[in-house]
Amino acid sequence: MKRLLPLAITFVTGMLIVVAFVLPHPPFGGLEDRFLNWYLIVVGFTMLLGVDSLVRMHISKLARRRPGWGYSVVLLVSLALTVIVGVWSWIGWRSIIHPVAPFMYIYTHVIIPLQATMFALLAFFIASAAYRAFRARTVDATLLLVAAGIVMLGRVPVGAYLTQKFPNFVQLPVIADWIMDVPQLAAKRGILIGAYLGAVAMSLRIILGVERTYLA
Amino acid sequence: MIVTVLLLLSSLTFPPSPPSELRAFDTPNDAGRSITLTWKNPPEDESLKGYEVYRAEAVKGEYSMVGFVLSGDETYRDGDVVDGVEYYYFVRGLREVEFSDSERVGPAVSRAQWFNVGRTSFLVIVVVFCVLVFWYIRRARRGDSLFVRKIPGLEAVDEAVGRSTEMGRPVLYVSGLGTLSDVTTLAALSILGRVAKRTAQYEVPLIVPCTEPLVMTTAQEIVKQSYTEAGRPDLYNEGNIFYLTYDQFGYAAGVDGIMLRDRPGAVFLQGYFYAEALILAETGYAIGAIQIAGTTSTTQLPFFVAACDYTLIGEEMFAASSYLSKEPVMLGTLKAEDVMKVLIVVIFLGAALLGTLGFLVSRYSGHEGLTNAFESLVNLFAAE
Repeated sequence: MKRLLPLAITFVTGMLIVVAFVLPHPPFGGLEDRFLNWYLIVVGFTMLLGVDSLVRMHISKLARRRPGWGYSVVLLVSLALTVIVGVWSWIGWRSIIHPVAPFMYIYTHVIIPLQATMFALLAFFIASAAYRAFRARTVDATLLLVAAGIVMLGRVPVGAYLTQKFPNFVQLPVIADWIMDVPQLAAKRGILIGAYLGAVAMSLRIILGVERTYLA
Repeated sequence: MIVTVLLLLSSLTFPPSPPSELRAFDTPNDAGRSITLTWKNPPEDESLKGYEVYRAEAVKGEYSMVGFVLSGDETYRDGDVVDGVEYYYFVRGLREVEFSDSERVGPAVSRAQWFNVGRTSFLVIVVVFCVLVFWYIRRARRGDSLFVRKIPGLEAVDEAVGRSTEMGRPVLYVSGLGTLSDVTTLAALSILGRVAKRTAQYEVPLIVPCTEPLVMTTAQEIVKQSYTEAGRPDLYNEGNIFYLTYDQFGYAAGVDGIMLRDRPGAVFLQGYFYAEALILAETGYAIGAIQIAGTTSTTQLPFFVAACDYTLIGEEMFAASSYLSKEPVMLGTLKAEDVMKVLIVVIFLGAALLGTLGFLVSRYSGHEGLTNAFESLVNLFAAE
């Protein structure tokens, strides 16, 4: 029964969503949105579980003085401060996202710069990964290097300038566009078709109860 | 100069041209309570601000404004109507003060449709696919052997966990930014079950930082079950599967921190990733971990291929649970997928051939039959 009930719920819900996808008439129409709303309500409650997990882990780290316990202090203090400021903003401005609310100040002056910093690091990671990927040690890597070189040059003004006197079909921007629009897009679509079919197959396995790993 | 000023002044003084060819009709393929309006923009008039949509329940009744669209748009969907009631509309082209009204149209009545015609191709594909799945499951149950090609990324799971064991380091499993409603996340969780079983057998700690509490709870249950199945429930530590943050780059920073502090011997990056994919994969590379990645995100796949030892590309992720379990019934669904792919390739080739032939025939003989057949085929499979 412990396994049968979740499987039955999955089957009925899955079938209803499939039917609702092709039959828009009530009572099927809008079922997907309704189920998604229920899901969001459940997620809202599970956020408490998330905070509980986070706080317990860092308190335990702090209590046992594990390496890096200082970061746990920063996290717990920041968490408490953000909650206090959020409640204060709600009481004082009736909204935590009011432009002059203190919560928005934290968001604008702390969270956004931190996010931007992490995102900016990506440039360095791309450089190091590209260096490894573009080393021409095999035929595949050499092809990748040549294609990437053409696409990068074709995307900047100097690429157009270098080949502007050549016939149209050998100009770098034209070749770069061809690489992106034909072989690149064909490969991407091939992967996507496979992935979508895989997703449909996985969904069918879940709906029919063949796939049960997610039930633990 | 004077002419330009005069033209500008005249355009501001005279009312704009009214929208033409206004049509109001029941929105097709919907659950009702919606009427769609379409019209043609007047010839280019850059001073036009937009269009106000007016509605009444009688042709000479009192019209009230129900919506506004910016200039350039030629459709409006009135979603605030009652099914079965007749409505009349007109659209007002608006400059600053001047305006001009279209003719009044109607009556338009909204109704719910029983079948979404635009999704016929979806239904056909799903039905064919279901038949194939059931057929191959039946064959598998009969005992027919089904060949499935090797997937190196999945073969390497044992190798990665084994290497971590030899190095005396933990295994890190990152399930991406997807939620539990994403099928990619479900596929990632099914791989987690297999990895957890191996870590339990090899007695290696498994760390799973999560970005969604619901994923965390499910991951805890899956890992607990795997440890129990492996006969080592005593090794299960709930604290190792924890919630980190919802924030994309906060999550990337947190996982990077775990990698640098705990220096895992094996890193699994399985799930749906966005821009943080390369930040995680490059940090994993920097600490010398063996990395097995898998995602359906085509924009992040090249980064994983460049930075990781093994990458599960798209469908390979979904195949993982079937592939690893080796259960005939699960393998049957993989075979059905392959056959479906062959069918789709055949349809693509047929359409390409038909389109090319249609073009050549219509160009040299003027017959449009093949072109029309090609367009019908494309329309049949055009998704709504």
